[in-house]
Amino acid sequence: MRATSAISGIFARLAPWRGVAAAPSAEERIAFATQFQLTWWRFRKHRLAVWSGVIVALFYLVAIFADFIAYTDPHATDARRSYIPPQAIHIFDADGSVSPWVHGLKGKRDLKTFKIVYSVDPESKLYLRFFAEGYRYDLFGLIPTTTHLIGVADGNAEDGLYLLGTDLLGRDLWSRIAVATRISLFIGLAGVMVSLFLGVLLGGISGLYGGTIDTLIQRLIEVIRSIPTIPLWMGLAAALPNDWTTTQIYFAITVIISFIGWTDLARVVRGRFLALRGEDFVTAAELAGASRMRIIFRHMLPSFLSHIIAATSLALPAMIISETSLSFLGLGLRPPAISWGILLQDAQNIQTLGIAPWLLVSAVPVIVIILAFNFLGDGLRDAADPYG
Amino acid sequence: MIAYIVRRLLLAIVTIWAISVLSFVIIQLPPGDFVDAYISRMSANGSAVSAEEAQSLRRLYGLDRPIYVQYAKWMGRVAEGNFGDSMEWQRPVTEVIGDRLWLTMVVSIAAIILTWGIALPIGIYSAVRQYSIGDYIFTFLGFLGIAIPNFLLALIIMYFSFKLFGTSIGGLFSAEYQLAPWSFAKLGDMLAHLPLPAFILAVAGTAQLIRIMRANLLDELRKPYVVTARAKGLTEMRVIMKYPVRAALNPFASSLAYLFPYVVSGSIIVSLVLSLPTVGPLLLTSLIAQDMFLAGTIVLMLGVMTVIGTFLSDLVLMWIDPRIRFQVDE
Repeated sequence: MRATSAISGIFARLAPWRGVAAAPSAEERIAFATQFQLTWWRFRKHRLAVWSGVIVALFYLVAIFADFIAYTDPHATDARRSYIPPQAIHIFDADGSVSPWVHGLKGKRDLKTFKIVYSVDPESKLYLRFFAEGYRYDLFGLIPTTTHLIGVADGNAEDGLYLLGTDLLGRDLWSRIAVATRISLFIGLAGVMVSLFLGVLLGGISGLYGGTIDTLIQRLIEVIRSIPTIPLWMGLAAALPNDWTTTQIYFAITVIISFIGWTDLARVVRGRFLALRGEDFVTAAELAGASRMRIIFRHMLPSFLSHIIAATSLALPAMIISETSLSFLGLGLRPPAISWGILLQDAQNIQTLGIAPWLLVSAVPVIVIILAFNFLGDGLRDAADPYG
Repeated sequence: MIAYIVRRLLLAIVTIWAISVLSFVIIQLPPGDFVDAYISRMSANGSAVSAEEAQSLRRLYGLDRPIYVQYAKWMGRVAEGNFGDSMEWQRPVTEVIGDRLWLTMVVSIAAIILTWGIALPIGIYSAVRQYSIGDYIFTFLGFLGIAIPNFLLALIIMYFSFKLFGTSIGGLFSAEYQLAPWSFAKLGDMLAHLPLPAFILAVAGTAQLIRIMRANLLDELRKPYVVTARAKGLTEMRVIMKYPVRAALNPFASSLAYLFPYVVSGSIIVSLVLSLPTVGPLLLTSLIAQDMFLAGTIVLMLGVMTVIGTFLSDLVLMWIDPRIRFQVDE
């Protein structure tokens, strides 16, 4: 973890001390603060990490309100709207007032190929509205509604709004990316939960009992880490039966992916257990006659909970990359499910990219969220040692 | 020292065993067995296979035996170098794989050499000129390198080279050498194509290594012996290169053990995007066609190659780092 201290050095310069412990009274505050407060104060200093946390939170908001943010049905195909490039949004109207609008599209038959070619119609203006009417969906899967974040003032969003363009089947990319966020982010979360369970269990046993069991688990971790993972996942993912439903495949992929994450988490947990086992307060609790379970859950766990949270947020991007890679190869989730990997699958070959370069836009959320999780995790990891 | 080598060797053997079990699981997982596939192939050709025939075929291949017996038999055949036949290609698996396995290793090793070549000077620079503009730029690029999955980087580079130069940059050989037998000209052609995939594979690992190198060297530079060396009037170059860099290099070398499986893993998916003639594309097509003997063999061979590579890197590490040698002797 020495790498972190250097990175934190950079962060500390980027985000100078914001006067948490300037006055003597602040010293008192630190003396009486709980572990959580100390961690929080320290985390707050890392401005980059805090902003990354905000970005992560925003992504999860998008995931929760995906249908609301989408303005056309992400599954609705329309051959006529194939490969429409992204639109420019004009903020100001002709009279200088702020009312965003886009140009509509006009279909014209190409007299050479007899195909209908869509082009920007400079005559038409479609005004954008917030909270506009659109396709019907269930908010949180419960409340049926037709309100969407954005839409067209009068008329259907389907007919004129293509903020990020469309794919081969004429499906709107903006709406698809919004909905894909849900699966991509939650598969990461579910995968981390599984590997967290395995990591805490095996790492805890390893650190707590030591001896032969410790050696065995450590060797197991070394064995797992020296296996090249992608070929292995590919093999396991491809062996999933073809007749499984999307949900079953989703679940299986999550389990497959979480086989990588747990080794790192187990190492963190084991390291903390070993470090804490000799601490005075643990000895004191033992002498006071506390049971083993009480020592673990009341005294030891709170003092390394923040480490676990930090390790988790560093494990999440790996999960997201795994899902994206597998789906990109066509071995992960399968259409009609929508994830970032499935969207990127459309952009797989150079011919397609030559025609529709905007399909690469799906890569942007992947890169942003991985960066955000990395910064957040680094900040959390540094904050996890409030006395360090 | 001997004990250390023996321990590493035992671990390598256990790992190979674990990989062989996992490969066998991959071969076994799809519903139905080889005989089912054979029957459907025969009936597709118009000739029927009776139930008795199927039964005797199963007995012949040992498919009616318990699973662990089947595993032992498979391992026995593998030990003889018989990996079974690819159902899709109707040829022995080893023949189908051919040069691809070696090319995978060539690409991976090139990527690792490049990773070191980039990370070492940048890591030293970032530590010595801490908080300089250059340090910030490299740190930023490093984070970007971690955040962009390598297949995405391959896609993006492909797109821009297509846009700017109008050519596709995939492949490891020019068209005229693709099917040609090995010659020096072909080797040269491959070396000319190698840097790009190696670079794409190296980027993510490089970023991590730079961070490690920078942090380690910073720790060393703060130690009193550096001040002493400087006080004695050594040149700055000598002060830094002679001891701190050498001491900081050890964790750097040990990272090879995790870097190797990581790069091999990455090469599979990057090969697909860049259409390199490695085992990557073959593995994908074999998995989609449920050609399990081929797929299982590729996973097994990749795993074994990785373990051998990791073991060799352990030996190299022991040779570089006297602390490991002495620690082991105690």
